[in-house]
Amino acid sequence: MREAAPAVAVLAPPTSGGSRGGGNILFLLSNLVLKDFRIRYRNMSLGVVWSIANPLVMMGVLTFVFTRIYPNPSFPNFAVFILCGLVPFNFYTLALNAGTTSLLENQSLVKRVRCPRVIFPIAAVLANCLHFIIQIALLIAFVFAFGYRINRFWPYLGLIWGLEVVFMSGLTLITSVLDVYYRDVRYVVEASNVVMFWLVPIFYSLEMVPQNLRLFYLLDPIAAVVVAGRDVLLHAKPPSGNLLAALGLVSTGCLVAGLAIFNRLERNVADLL
Amino acid sequence: MERSIAIQSAAGRSAGAAALEPQAAVASQCVLRFTGVTKTYRHNASRMLLRRGLLSWFTRSGSDIFYALRDVSFELDANTSLAVVGANGAGKSTLLRCATGISKPDKGRVEVRGTIAALMELGAGFHPDLTGAENVLLNASLLGLTRRETLQQFDGIVEFSGLGNFIDEPLRTYSSGMVLRLAFSVAVRVDPDILVIDEILAVGDIDFQEKCIAEIMRLKQSGKTLIYVAHNLSSLRKLCDRALWLEHGKLRMFGPCAEVLDAYEAAPPPVTL
Repeated sequence: MREAAPAVAVLAPPTSGGSRGGGNILFLLSNLVLKDFRIRYRNMSLGVVWSIANPLVMMGVLTFVFTRIYPNPSFPNFAVFILCGLVPFNFYTLALNAGTTSLLENQSLVKRVRCPRVIFPIAAVLANCLHFIIQIALLIAFVFAFGYRINRFWPYLGLIWGLEVVFMSGLTLITSVLDVYYRDVRYVVEASNVVMFWLVPIFYSLEMVPQNLRLFYLLDPIAAVVVAGRDVLLHAKPPSGNLLAALGLVSTGCLVAGLAIFNRLERNVADLL
Repeated sequence: MERSIAIQSAAGRSAGAAALEPQAAVASQCVLRFTGVTKTYRHNASRMLLRRGLLSWFTRSGSDIFYALRDVSFELDANTSLAVVGANGAGKSTLLRCATGISKPDKGRVEVRGTIAALMELGAGFHPDLTGAENVLLNASLLGLTRRETLQQFDGIVEFSGLGNFIDEPLRTYSSGMVLRLAFSVAVRVDPDILVIDEILAVGDIDFQEKCIAEIMRLKQSGKTLIYVAHNLSSLRKLCDRALWLEHGKLRMFGPCAEVLDAYEAAPPPVTL
């Protein structure tokens, strides 16, 4: 809160979580990730199929619209071109939604025990990585089905998708703690997901964006991940150095800023939940 | 900080006999110290709304502040059990939240030596869709145990809870007494230096209450500290040797249990909350 509390001195903070070192943090993190996954899938008979169904349906619809209604002959394999954009974008929306609400969803845990609270948004992002990996497998399957082959730049894929996870961790650290202060934040996030669908080059390419606006696309990590993924998978060329540098800087910068903001706002979290 | 006595070796923690040894060293050592602790809350919970936040940004309308704790100071030695009494809304739960580090005081200092486990609200820290066993793992990791320590304690926890086959059923199928059994079993088997219990034992049946009291006695004998909030004064008299009486967030009386409870019983109830 802005009415900063006067000189607080909690000199010997009570410990329960974390006092036994890193082994506990990893155990806690894995338990939280498993919890998210179990809760999501326990009541679904088709389970993992839903992770695949969503991008497939979107791919079908977008391919129909942009090959039949607005035909666009410049991209021969439009379905896989779309999927290259949809998979990173889906991870972005799912991780952002789950991460933003993570502190509220886990409030019975947050309010009960003193443990490092950064762990809640991070666990929400990591739980969604499981979907991300399933969708990546789907993407790779389509890449092969359309006749593309492995090339020597594929190791870049691990880097760019890893940087997206870093970026999402940082972003959700900020939105999760803000959501505790102002519950409206989740609606802002939902609205921004719709806007991002159009501003990330999912059904168009970076080359179609006017030259003077491309800088904004490179500074948006999700757009950068999409562009870099297409370079490697569809054009068999390495992502440009500028793009990688921008992606790396923005992602790690976001994580650092996220940790700083979270640590600053975290002290009131238990009282506001 | 002063955690040296907090972390005993894993071997020492599980063996009942070894736990008696540190008693001599720990005896009459201060494990919990409140120095001028003040905790305030705002009356208008509607601050959570963005509109309200934006308005107060411009107007800085002072919301009226409510003192949950006002300048509370006391010290608690190891191997004692403290009863906390007071009317509803006197600040008992806030005191426990500050002691466990879940909330941070606005003014003053809270110093704790060792690990704290808290049984605050029934079912807090548990997820209804997870099974009892999965909740045990999650809870133990929240309380700071590593994977190995948890697996060592697991059978003991299940056995003490007396839940039998129900341990593999989702928690939402449990009665409140069964949830309590599980929560208490985890909290005592985690073997904290300080165990905090917030008037939830009342939902257990007579059998389990007696089991709990025997377990609390055992913890006391092994040099642990207990903080117990309850409205049932006769059980407090049996279990506790010190008592702390809160009234409107202020420390009204702190001293030997019988003395404080006699005075508390004799006093007229406060007129307003």
